[in-house]
Amino acid sequence: MSKNMFKFFGSLALFAFVLSGTAVKAGTKEDVTKKGSVSCGVSQGVPGFSNADASGKWSGIDVDMCRAVAAAVLGDANKVKYQPLSAKDRFEVLKSGQIDMLSRNTTWTLSRDAGLGLEFVGTNFYDGQGFIVRKAAKVNTAKKLNNVKVCVETGTTTELNLRDYFKANKLKYEAVSFTKADEAVAAYDAGRCDVYTTDKSGLAAQRTKMKNPGEHTVLPETISKEPLGPVVRGNDQNWKDIAAWSLYVMIEAEELGVSSKNIDSMKSTDNPNIKRLLGLEGDTGKSLGLSNTWAYNIIKQVGNYGEVYEKNVGANTPLGLARNGSPNQLWSKGGILYAPPVR
Amino acid sequence: MKKLSNFKNNLSKNLQWQNFLPQFFLLLFFCLLIFYFTRNAQINLLARNITSGFDFLSTNSGFDVQFSLIPYDGSFSFGRAYLVGLLNTLLVSFFGIIFASILGFIIGISRLSENLLLSKLSLFYVELFRNLPLILQIFFWYFVVLRNLPSTEKSLILLNFLIVNVQGFYFPKFIFTNFPFVLYGIIFAILTIFLVKYYSNKMFYNTGKYLPVFKLSLVFLILFPLIFSFLGNVGLKFEQAKLIQNFGIFNYVGGVKLVPEFLALLFALSLYTSAFIAENVRAGILSISKGQKEAAKSIGLNNSLSLKLIIIPQALRVIIPPTTNQFLNLVKNSSLAAGIGYPDLTSVFAGTSLSQTGKAIEIIFIVMMTYLSISLFISLILNWYNKKIAFISK
Repeated sequence: MSKNMFKFFGSLALFAFVLSGTAVKAGTKEDVTKKGSVSCGVSQGVPGFSNADASGKWSGIDVDMCRAVAAAVLGDANKVKYQPLSAKDRFEVLKSGQIDMLSRNTTWTLSRDAGLGLEFVGTNFYDGQGFIVRKAAKVNTAKKLNNVKVCVETGTTTELNLRDYFKANKLKYEAVSFTKADEAVAAYDAGRCDVYTTDKSGLAAQRTKMKNPGEHTVLPETISKEPLGPVVRGNDQNWKDIAAWSLYVMIEAEELGVSSKNIDSMKSTDNPNIKRLLGLEGDTGKSLGLSNTWAYNIIKQVGNYGEVYEKNVGANTPLGLARNGSPNQLWSKGGILYAPPVR
Repeated sequence: MKKLSNFKNNLSKNLQWQNFLPQFFLLLFFCLLIFYFTRNAQINLLARNITSGFDFLSTNSGFDVQFSLIPYDGSFSFGRAYLVGLLNTLLVSFFGIIFASILGFIIGISRLSENLLLSKLSLFYVELFRNLPLILQIFFWYFVVLRNLPSTEKSLILLNFLIVNVQGFYFPKFIFTNFPFVLYGIIFAILTIFLVKYYSNKMFYNTGKYLPVFKLSLVFLILFPLIFSFLGNVGLKFEQAKLIQNFGIFNYVGGVKLVPEFLALLFALSLYTSAFIAENVRAGILSISKGQKEAAKSIGLNNSLSLKLIIIPQALRVIIPPTTNQFLNLVKNSSLAAGIGYPDLTSVFAGTSLSQTGKAIEIIFIVMMTYLSISLFISLILNWYNKKIAFISK
């Protein structure tokens, strides 16, 4: 063989070698510990859920979910890298491993849970889909929306529920779909559509962004169940447990009356449940592969569920979503938030 | 002596092998590469419990699309949604190519005009539209121009014909009765045109005189359908879009509706591509040597005839190949529709359907193959045309 052919086969072999080195992948927790931060997929801006302020600082109930996981794994809630994603791209980005978890007001459904190779870890906000219209439309019920144009974000359950609802009620409509929630809202605001639809929390959030928030009204109907929660890849049981229990301890902490403010004084308590939660008794961290103060870190740095709710979407925020009477209240207070025992 | 020739023979055989081997291994390598990626994807999909396959194409899509050429709603299948997207892509590409060609041709010729104002204006047009990013131009038409049209109840009504508002442009629908007679008229006109053309050619060879075929054709195309309509008792009604009020919500229903997403995309694609085509046309005309024009003049052809008979046919040979590229670009660029929500193939199928089913590999594969087929089809037609008008060396 000539010299050139040696070169040729040599480069082929090299190329093949480079390709073959892509297979094995470590667990997500090990990855996260190694790089020192959690990459978290969030929305492109839904106030109260995940929204960046002028200085680029993210806040919201979904953002706090990311922070809780970072606090549990790395001991520091601020070690999160946020990646804003459109509804359309979110699952593909998670599947491909570019982010460690998705916390982006994502509805838990059977086909997503079972068909995408992903795992929903729980529900951090129980929502339902609604409609917003201009007050000038003089409509007070969704049942009267006939021959309307509806702006909607594409690739969502919202898009599917919308059709189900109008079909079931024999109403005519046109769905005008956009890839970004922002674009759909802007189109509605400019008069391209008569109605905008998304989850009701989202309606409250997006209304704050409109030119004249007072000119719009949310219709009373809730047309769907939208349990929103964080999602992880389905091939990593340990990481799923970490995400799920990060959520549960926030709910459990509220139920036990432990908050970020009183947590240090709680250390002297005799209540074994609280002691276990704070890592003073038992070894809850060990089974998750975390330090025993993981839950303490979450509550201390992020807060319990009630604190997170009131800070981001509660009655005193621009969203003003009252918690009492909604499903997002503890089971002991008439809601459906219920955490399995931390033991 | 015999030994030497043997050696030579061996050497040439060796050389053949040397030429053949690398190609064989290269082919083998690419096959293995494809095999590797397919297998890798398969293993990973299985490991992550991701279902795969093309079964989803026949299941209900569950989502609606605002603009479709065929009956479609969420009760139809994903396969139908694919068709809706494909037709929308073809629609905007078809009209885009036509408008871009016409505009490009006019601008390209104006660029060479002796009228200073006209040529400078054309220069300005070309430099403006080909130097701004296309997505920006789409956004300009969509967000700046069409978004700021009046609301539905304050629609502009032009000449009692076109209704314009922020939700779209509404043209009246033409409703014919006894429509086939119009078609008969058109067919008759086309036949007559062929006959006249044949006669004119014959006359040209025999006497050197010719008939104004183009003008006659126009007259036939208008006159014959009219006569036939009259004889066949064809009726024509316009159905204007009607304003419907539902509480405080106003909407136009009926007529032919063009949504702003389509219009913005069509405007941007046509203008952007026409700037490039104009340059192709100019280059083509400039490539014809001055002698050709002078020769045309010397045999007594006037300006328009020399353009039509001498310059353009030769220039086309230079114009067609790069213009093919522009057509292909236009079709591919139409996928930028996703940016403004026009339901083209990319946004309906590679966007909405993908995220509703999660079948990324299958859908991206289908969409890539579709664009490839469209592009190859256009190339095929234009290559055939190019061959037809090419010089035939005798």
